[in-house]
Amino acid sequence: MRVSPLQLIGQGVLYAAFALLIGYFATLPVYTHMDPAASAITLSFGHAGQRKAPCRRLTPEEIAALAPNMRRPMDCPRERVPLLVELLVDGELVYREWLPPAGLAGDGTATAYERFVVAPGRHLVTARLRDSRRQEGFDYEHEQSVELSAGQNLVIDFRADTGGFRLL
Amino acid sequence: MSRPKRLARWAFERVESAFDAVFTPDWNPLYQLGALGWFFYWIVAVSGVYLYIFFDSGVTAAYESVEAITHVQWYAGGVMRSLHRYASDGLVIVMMLHLVREYVMDRLHGPRWFAWVIGVPILWLVFAAGISGYWLVWDKLAHYVALATSEWLDTLPLFGEPIARNFIHPSTLSGRFFTLMLFIHIAVPLILLFIMWVHIHRHTHARVNPPRGLAIGTLAALVVLSVARPAVSQGAADLGTIPTQVGLDWFYLFVYPLLDEYSGLAMWGLLGVATVLLAALPWLPAKRPVPAVVSLANCNGCGRCAVDCPHGAVRMAPRSDGSPYSEEAVVIADLCVACGICVGACPTATPFRRRTALEAGIELPAYPLSDLRERSLAACRALQGNDRVIVYACGQGPDLKAIAGPSVAVVELPCVAMLAPSFIDFMITRRHVDGVFLTGCRANDCYERLGARWTEQRIAGERDPQLRARVPRERVASFWAGVDRGGELAEALSAFRARLGELHASQAPVVAARPGAVSHAG
Ligand code: HEM
Ligand code: SF4
Ligand code: SF4
Repeated sequence: MRVSPLQLIGQGVLYAAFALLIGYFATLPVYTHMDPAASAITLSFGHAGQRKAPCRRLTPEEIAALAPNMRRPMDCPRERVPLLVELLVDGELVYREWLPPAGLAGDGTATAYERFVVAPGRHLVTARLRDSRRQEGFDYEHEQSVELSAGQNLVIDFRADTGGFRLL
Repeated sequence: MSRPKRLARWAFERVESAFDAVFTPDWNPLYQLGALGWFFYWIVAVSGVYLYIFFDSGVTAAYESVEAITHVQWYAGGVMRSLHRYASDGLVIVMMLHLVREYVMDRLHGPRWFAWVIGVPILWLVFAAGISGYWLVWDKLAHYVALATSEWLDTLPLFGEPIARNFIHPSTLSGRFFTLMLFIHIAVPLILLFIMWVHIHRHTHARVNPPRGLAIGTLAALVVLSVARPAVSQGAADLGTIPTQVGLDWFYLFVYPLLDEYSGLAMWGLLGVATVLLAALPWLPAKRPVPAVVSLANCNGCGRCAVDCPHGAVRMAPRSDGSPYSEEAVVIADLCVACGICVGACPTATPFRRRTALEAGIELPAYPLSDLRERSLAACRALQGNDRVIVYACGQGPDLKAIAGPSVAVVELPCVAMLAPSFIDFMITRRHVDGVFLTGCRANDCYERLGARWTEQRIAGERDPQLRARVPRERVASFWAGVDRGGELAEALSAFRARLGELHASQAPVVAARPGAVSHAG
């Protein structure tokens, strides 16, 4: 292969352009996903609500009507109620959602995953959750004042077995 | 070819012409995009193995081990890490260019659907491999990628609990997830390698290695870049924060900013529809070439057609007609693109045949050899002058009407390599013309992959069937044009005719070799 000096220079230029293209776009331009001067609150948990209807003791006649291998004393409908969740920041409602249970039979865990961008500084965070058949009010409520720094991500978790909401 | 496509092709070829001038056609990277893809893959694989040796997959150890690779052994591990990243980026660049180019050059219809459709999962796998790689570094970018990817995946009803929960707080991150990512980052490239192999499975003589000069130049460019601008991490991931600003690798992560604008489900839908549309392109429009057929009475089982078919559409099978030859050619109709290269390879495809009707061992039903002879003779009958030329061209070159004239006849073929060398011999030694001129696709970028190469080798006597030595080579010329070099083609053709005129003036005999070798009876 005979390559002239001029061609070699041309090749050098094109290789350099290729390297520059890669070298630049491999990290630049910087992408701003969220304002670095802001803070975030992430509400994230999974929790199963109460069953829609309470378990009911079957009458002897009803038990007798069942197939022998299906006989049981209680009838427990599997479907669960949706969760009602509210989040207030400094007394202002930022989130109110009915979270349906997962699963085709509606008997699974309801999950929340939501992010809110707030200004850094002190905030009063109020989280409420209803997971029962009650028509009004909430089963859990947690209120806490937090100091958020820029870029910080405050996580609001929920664990029924440790008493409800907790801030991480 | 539709007008927009011809225009796109013209534009591509303009750039390629410039690259031809700089790199020479042999080293032109635009003709080697697939081969460069393989080359980058191997660079990524080798550097990846090196990094793996020093990489620690623990949640906190991962970041520290990558830092050590980058800074402590910057001269080795640092370069390897940079090569790993930059060759991966190079892979995306050549892959996307390759995709667009195969589309613009129309190399996806008919039996060629296979490579195209196999290319679609390759796209997904390449991006999956790259994204999982950025995850492993466990710096701020990794945190961003982890969050954005898992939040995006969570919009699909796949997982019970949002997997994004893993990445929002130090207490929620599990080490097992990390091991899973490492596994994915090794498994996906291995699957990719297998699919890349399937991708070129139907190609004979697939170009999987770039020419040495191009390989050296490309590697050198990456090494220089790696030293000048080493790949570095963007600070350890801090799960108590949101990675607000990150330096994105736009080659792999360009979708992510869109996720901040549009819903995850919309993006899945968009990518899903785009994938299906892309995979359907070979059938828009559908093309069904009429495949080649073997005529057993004329086939002697020499196997040249099977060797020369660029699409692996001929295989040799045990003889089925009781003839003394041991093998016969069998066309796999689904693979045949009807390029006719096999016809040009067949020793029985000779127009000198008089006693039996002209029929070769393998023929294109849409363009029988007897037609080719008739067309050639008819086209030349009225030619005048002592510089009469017949131009054999494929439809992938410049507009041919412009070059026909009183002493120039044009005959079009599916591929120039359909022309058996004996046709050139026949046209010249029987004095039907003063010279034969071949043109079509550009050098090193034959539409039928190997047609121009086989043609050159046959004329040079390096490949069977060879152009016989008695044919004066100064009466045979070729110019590999492509669609954008009509002007240069016309110049090359006039220069050739001028030479023929001079040959005539110097009374050079048409048949230079052994007297009596040619009978003029036919
Ligand atoms: C890692 C990425 C890829 C690599 C390394 C690669 C490599 C190759 C190679 C080596 C060839 C054979 C070229 C030849 O010898 O003529 C080829 C052919 C082809 N590729 Fe790819 N390819 C990649 C991705 C893709 C993608 C994403 C598409 C499109 C969706 C695609 C479409 C095609 C087509 C249609 C051909 C056949 C061309 C013909 O029949 O002449 N490839 N590829
Ligand atoms: S025409 Fe011949 S060479 Fe071309 S694809 Fe078909 S069998 Fe192969
Ligand atoms: S090249 Fe012709 S003779 Fe040889 S195997 Fe093929 S069809 Fe038969």
